[in-house]
Amino acid sequence: MGLSLFTPLSWNDTGFILTGVLNTLYISIVAIFLGSVLGMVVGFIRSISKQSFNLFMGAFLDILRTVPLIIQLVLFSTYVGVIGWPLNPFTCGSIILSLYTMAFMSEVFRAGFESVSDSMRIASRSLGMGYWQTIRYIVLPIGMRTVFPSWIGVSLSVVKDSALVSVIGYMELLRTSDQLITRTQQPLEILLGVGLFYFIISYPLSFFGRHMERKMAI
Amino acid sequence: MIQVQGLHKSFGNLKVLKGIDLEVQKGEVVSVIGGSGSGKSTLLYCINAIEKIQKGKILVDGIDAHDKKTDKNKLRQKLGMVFQQWNSFPHLTVLENVTLAPRVVLGQTTKQAEDLAKQYLDHVGLGDKYDEYPTRMSGGQQQRLAIARTLAMKPSYMLLDEVTSALDPELVGEVLDTLRLLRKEGMTMICVTHEMAFAKEVSDRIAFVEKGIIEEIGDAHQVIENPANEKTQRFLSKVL
Ligand SMILES: Nc1ncnc2c1ncn2[C@@H]1O[C@H](COP(=O)(O)OP(=O)(O)OP(=O)(O)O)[C@@H](O)[C@H]1O
Ligand SMILES: [Mg+2]
Repeated sequence: MGLSLFTPLSWNDTGFILTGVLNTLYISIVAIFLGSVLGMVVGFIRSISKQSFNLFMGAFLDILRTVPLIIQLVLFSTYVGVIGWPLNPFTCGSIILSLYTMAFMSEVFRAGFESVSDSMRIASRSLGMGYWQTIRYIVLPIGMRTVFPSWIGVSLSVVKDSALVSVIGYMELLRTSDQLITRTQQPLEILLGVGLFYFIISYPLSFFGRHMERKMAI
Repeated sequence: MIQVQGLHKSFGNLKVLKGIDLEVQKGEVVSVIGGSGSGKSTLLYCINAIEKIQKGKILVDGIDAHDKKTDKNKLRQKLGMVFQQWNSFPHLTVLENVTLAPRVVLGQTTKQAEDLAKQYLDHVGLGDKYDEYPTRMSGGQQQRLAIARTLAMKPSYMLLDEVTSALDPELVGEVLDTLRLLRKEGMTMICVTHEMAFAKEVSDRIAFVEKGIIEEIGDAHQVIENPANEKTQRFLSKVL
């Protein structure tokens, strides 16, 4: 019997897998956070903008939304390399994934802002509250509650989409599992395990979402 | 005193108010009646500077409401407004609905604002609802909440825009009772209403508006029972 090139999966691989899990979590949280903050700002600007400016901004956001993420990642990382300004895979992936998230979040937040009726805003202004006070205390909290389920939905898909950042070399869950598969030739077990991990990461988010939704029902 | 002088207001090409003159003294209750689309709501919105005006002047305690230099937020604190749609803030409890503006605008502490809010809520008969969310309350209760919320800013005047029209008939009474109470306490009010009997009962004067013009204004009983203008007669014969 010849010496096998492959070594089976063992407990020693736990640390490696865990790195992948944490890296997936890490880049997802960064993208959800930055994407939400930027998306809130862009969504707000869109909700108060004139049609013409909105058309222009909408076109830009449509590009981000419709060009497959994997192409954006490869294009961007190649481009920053070509102009002699290479970024590490994490930074590169975070930038693109955050922008991609922002494009979706901006629509979520825009819908949130627009869900608050003029008469609600007028009621607030008539109490002597200023424009920004009305945004801060009335429009934002009511709007955010309305679109919270969609926010959870976008966040969940960001966790899954983060797997694509593997193509530019970021060592997240999918890439670690890919390397393990090459070494062990046990794709079934490993992919099942990885699938389970994505579920374990995502489930609390959707559970938390449903819990908050019930709590905030208005 | 609120003084409206030669007020013109249009939305684009649509002339809505065509020269309104109206003076409301401190302590007076003036009701505004008239058909749908005659410009009654718009008049209140102009007084509150929520809508811009094209011509004329509105003075509130001598302050020009539409002067660029006037602090509109300060002005609106003087002019409490209650709407047909009560617009309770759905994400806040009843108590928080009332304390928000006093805290944020007047800088009251939470304790101060809550003590005051409880007083006003008790006053409008919502003493047992502090921690309730408004969406679980009836329209009448929400409208009384809106009144308490407005009163908590200690306005000098109240502008009421058909505050009972969106209510189920059996809930109208409780809101009118609250307004009667305000009247008894000497609150100055401009009251747009479709409730002719109520207008006659609580108002000092009644103004009849048609197509953006005050066609008749006078003693409440006289306008309802014995209108001088034939347009008023025609309107009243339709609604009474
Ligand atoms: N924001 C606006 N933009 C354009 N037109 C408006 C606006 N607000 C009111 N109007 C128009 O101005 C006219 C007067 O409206 P207003 O709401 O003041 O009437 P109203 O007397 O209060 O009527 P109602 O008894 O039905 O409440 C109407 O023809 C209305 O369509
Ligand atoms: Mg009206």
